[in-house]
Amino acid sequence: MKLLQTFALTAVVAAATALGASAPARAEGKTITLCWAAWDPANALVELSKDFTAKTGVNMKFEFVPWPNFADRMLNELNSKGKLCDLMIGDSQWIGGAAENGQYVKLNEFFDKEGIKISDFMPATVAGYAEWPKGSPNYWALPAMGDANGWTYRKDWFSRPEIREEFKKKFGRELDVPKTQAELKDIAEFFQKRVIDGKTVYGAAIFTERGSEGITMGVTNALYPFGFKYQNPKKPYDMQGYVNSDDAVKGLEFYKALYQCCTPPGYSNGYMQEGLDAFKSGQVALQMNWFAFFPGLYKDPNVGGEKIGFFVNPAQKEKGSQLGGQGISVVAYSPNRAEALAYIKWFASLDTQKKWWALGGYSCHKGVLNDPNFKNTAPFAADFLVAMDQVVDFWAEPSYAQLLLAMQKRVHDYVVADQGTAKGALDGLIADWTKVFKEDGKL
Amino acid sequence: MTDQTGLSGLVDRAALVTPPVVARRMRGLSERAIAWLFITPTMLLLLAINIFPLIWTIRLSFTNYRANRPNATMLDVGLANYQSILTDPDVWAAMTVTARFVFWSILIQTVLGFTLAWLIDKKFRSHGLWTTLILLPMMLSPAVVGNFWTFLYQPQIGLFNYVIAAVTGAPASSFQMLAQVQLAPWAIVIVDTWMWTPYVMLICLAGLRSIPDYIYEAAEVDRASPWRQFWSITLPMALPFIMLAVLFRGIENFKMFDMVNLLTGGGPGSTTEVASITLKREAFEKWRTGYSSAFAIILFVTVFGLANIYVKALNRVKSR
Repeated sequence: MKLLQTFALTAVVAAATALGASAPARAEGKTITLCWAAWDPANALVELSKDFTAKTGVNMKFEFVPWPNFADRMLNELNSKGKLCDLMIGDSQWIGGAAENGQYVKLNEFFDKEGIKISDFMPATVAGYAEWPKGSPNYWALPAMGDANGWTYRKDWFSRPEIREEFKKKFGRELDVPKTQAELKDIAEFFQKRVIDGKTVYGAAIFTERGSEGITMGVTNALYPFGFKYQNPKKPYDMQGYVNSDDAVKGLEFYKALYQCCTPPGYSNGYMQEGLDAFKSGQVALQMNWFAFFPGLYKDPNVGGEKIGFFVNPAQKEKGSQLGGQGISVVAYSPNRAEALAYIKWFASLDTQKKWWALGGYSCHKGVLNDPNFKNTAPFAADFLVAMDQVVDFWAEPSYAQLLLAMQKRVHDYVVADQGTAKGALDGLIADWTKVFKEDGKL
Repeated sequence: MTDQTGLSGLVDRAALVTPPVVARRMRGLSERAIAWLFITPTMLLLLAINIFPLIWTIRLSFTNYRANRPNATMLDVGLANYQSILTDPDVWAAMTVTARFVFWSILIQTVLGFTLAWLIDKKFRSHGLWTTLILLPMMLSPAVVGNFWTFLYQPQIGLFNYVIAAVTGAPASSFQMLAQVQLAPWAIVIVDTWMWTPYVMLICLAGLRSIPDYIYEAAEVDRASPWRQFWSITLPMALPFIMLAVLFRGIENFKMFDMVNLLTGGGPGSTTEVASITLKREAFEKWRTGYSSAFAIILFVTVFGLANIYVKALNRVKSR
């Protein structure tokens, strides 16, 4: 009898533990903290997460850090094995480092156990936000916020008859969404220093920021369409003739020309926020920025609605857009792992993903994106689909920060400070990257 | 003799009385033991906050340690970090930018600061108000100053460009203080000068006010011209104070980070990338902890060495 009692008690405890590990059905009073950047989608996530609390009783706390300090703050948190964040929506480039340093929980077993199919998510987002090593079936995050670099334009200016007529006279074609990078530059040049409604306006707000990742994210958006490749597809880390190919040189020269001809005065250190400011204040005809900001821009009372249009980063020799976005990971040092995993499970469900998109977050779930009606759900939805189909990501190596800062320096020196040549900058970049890979023992 | 009256006397008397409990416990302790008792907490604190980190930094500077890879094995690399730093053209470029910045900012601040101190020392009408107004920038935080000047330098709406445009007749947006390679270093020198000239002025003013009046009176009896008085009395006697101001500003400017970070972030390109910005990138963005420790040691030795040489010169001037 005593044995039976012990067995029964053990079974109850085991069941309770298992329940707790997989889904804290009503973990009343528990609170978990989700860490991310402070921007529009984060507000949408706060709204969305109310459903999780209602369903599980787990309260949600949010730690949102402004973008300029996001990486510093959160990487410090991870490196110091901090317990502040139970869930982290970290940048795609962090995956390699976080996986190798044991900062994120590997999710394969959890996915298998809970029936979460990673194949339900867009392949580009899985590769970009979840996998490490790249191309291997090891998952450290669930794709959470799909994003790519795209463009907005002043549709109302483009539709003015006198402007259209002048453009056609000058370029022999209609003023419309550019189909190539060269056409984009023509449009930017056309609007540069034009007086519209008594105000001098400029061509384009592009990324030129030096301190974090800005100019790299902008330059790569031009480099990919011109044919830049990070490495030989057949021989990893072999960069000669790819990073500094003739096409890549042309791409970098193009970006510098775009910076010099068509940006507002003093626009030498601009990233997301500066671009939004320039566009919202009616300074520029075109703006390079992340799709994540487009819902907010569309709602803007001054430049949104009918006044704004969106387009995918134009091709040149080939297609390509810089990947943005993030996956959601469980922090390995979290004392609330069961609740954090429960959040991931809830977040992965199709219903949650549908609501996520409806609230302004960019779902990566095929069930949302492949819906025949998806393209009609927002003015930028169709472009988002196209962009996500042509994204390329920066290195996601554990040493990504060194690789990134080397590129920041090389391209800023060339594009903004007007020093050296494009070929010299890309040759120098290969030298920098080679040094990093050698230090890492990869070469 | 100690003032035994009024409030200060009361405080002094109270201070002389050792609480009985403390007195009982201290009875039997030697003066040396009591001295150690008082000094030890401070020394421990000093060791924990200053000495230990310094020793640990020196230790790390000989390793390949990275703070973001705690699981990786820390290997001794000997002098490799130092060799790498001293042969890195980017580091030398940053040191050159720093040296230029230190030189020009100190030169301008010293000339302006001394001139202002000399004018204020004349005690003209409402000189107190002017002194307060001049001191205001120094009271602000560098973060506020950095943001404030970023707006002032804005080429389209910034006040700075409008003033220059009004003076020169050039269009306001034709030059970009923070975006042009030639202008960006000067933009930082201007802001630093605006903020810290009052500090130099204060020290120089203390120097000028320390010169006894009777020396000037004797010079006037000897019919020395004001110019001669300036060169033979004012400047030599204020020189140790001027040198002190140069020392303080030199050390501070060598470490300058916040203002540069806020105004230009080291750009355009690497035009304003001073040593501290490079160090921050290596330590907290690239996470090359061993390498950046070696860099920090090199900077420390440089500042410490230069300051020592300078202090010797200062003592020589003082003893004249």
